[in-house]
Amino acid sequence: MSPVDQSTLERTLAAGHRAVAIEMTPPIGPNSGALRHRIETLRGFADAFNVTDNQTAKVHASSLAVSILLRQAGLEPVLQLTCRDRNRLGLQSDLIGAALWGITNVVALSGDHPACGDHAHVLPVSDIDSVNLVRLICVMRDGQRFDSGRLIPKQAPHFFVGAVANPFAPPLDYRPYRLAKKVAAGAQFIQTQLIFNLARFREYMSRVVDMGLHEQVAILAGIGLVPSYDLARHLRENVAGIDLPDDVLDRLTGLSREDQAKAGFDLAIEIAEQALQIEGVRGIHIMPMSTSDRVPEMVRALGLYPRPLSGSE
Amino acid sequence: MSIRSVVLDHPAPLVWLWEALSRLLRALPGAFRRLGIERSSRWVGVVEHPLKRAVFGCRECGQCVLHTTGMTCPMTCPKELRNGPCGGVCRDGKCEADPEMDCVWVQAIERAGRTRYALDVHLVNPAPDWRRRGRSSWVGYALEANEPLAGGGETPLSALDVLQPPGAP
Repeated sequence: MSPVDQSTLERTLAAGHRAVAIEMTPPIGPNSGALRHRIETLRGFADAFNVTDNQTAKVHASSLAVSILLRQAGLEPVLQLTCRDRNRLGLQSDLIGAALWGITNVVALSGDHPACGDHAHVLPVSDIDSVNLVRLICVMRDGQRFDSGRLIPKQAPHFFVGAVANPFAPPLDYRPYRLAKKVAAGAQFIQTQLIFNLARFREYMSRVVDMGLHEQVAILAGIGLVPSYDLARHLRENVAGIDLPDDVLDRLTGLSREDQAKAGFDLAIEIAEQALQIEGVRGIHIMPMSTSDRVPEMVRALGLYPRPLSGSE
Repeated sequence: MSIRSVVLDHPAPLVWLWEALSRLLRALPGAFRRLGIERSSRWVGVVEHPLKRAVFGCRECGQCVLHTTGMTCPMTCPKELRNGPCGGVCRDGKCEADPEMDCVWVQAIERAGRTRYALDVHLVNPAPDWRRRGRSSWVGYALEANEPLAGGGETPLSALDVLQPPGAP
């Protein structure tokens, strides 16, 4: 494999730099105006941009289509693929499609259950789970084979294979082993669930380091830019797997709209700074939650701008 | 608390039954072959499936891994996950898809700890071969019909393989 095949994210991590990824949620309707605005706002502030796949089990533009759009706009995408909406045929087809466009960063995940979104009446596919999807992508790359065993013609696709981890969901003691399973399957980088409970994240990382997993996989800490008390409350009450402690919610309580946004911004900076100091954390994955305009300021404040390899202007 | 949940929360006797059964099954492949594999699978399934449905909520995937998951059926997970809990488990251990339901994997891991196959929860279970759905796992086990992983890896992977230094979990 030539270095040309490697994505900026892969090269950034390989060179020992702290990586920055920013989440880029696809539009819900057939209009790319707001997306193009975000592209221009965020250009240069991350090594790669995560394109979510029907996030929260609600219909969005396809993650592959938006990844291609980003690529054409000169941004490096991370293609998220959930196991909820496609079987192995569909997933491999999208992976080969991604490879055709030079999209190599992929993240495999189970995906929220349809019951969590607005299409509770549809069938979750669940043909394969995220651990096996990681493995399948590695077989396509390293074995030049499809899941059927059939040879992939001409050449193997190159992929930089990612997965997700939630340190905050029960059973807490098992979570590092769940990560180990993904590492065993071949995951090279990990994006974590949003971190609001730093104490819990530290405990998790210390287990991960004890198990030696941090040397085998690059862990990017999930940082949320929460714009308001209402959204923080929503995350805490309604989004499964998020651990947002009282003291964090208190920081956003009883403030004006503007002060809430400021408190949310300060919180994100504080969590990111502390997370980056934890052994085994190799970068951050920012989830802007409709406040993309503030992300450049955040990346600058963290001393992570300019990005070392992505040619930021 | 139902009788069923009491039984499932104490999986050791179930594992013992499985071990006894597996010894019997290992003696039977010749008989199954003579009878015809399809026919054996149908006949054994008449006993196996209703029994497993009553006790484990069996979905007849035809590739049973119960003794590695604390005798808790992973196919009863709304996402049919065979490799551990997703990130959507609620703080009280309930399922994101159904707040009334305990997470199948929270239970599986807890119960596996009460069996001598506790470390098997770390095995990477291959994605199902859906052709086997509705067939008898017992006959499959007797014939050692577990085909190599569709994805191509021939040796079973375990989360424990990647721990550094290797060894104690």
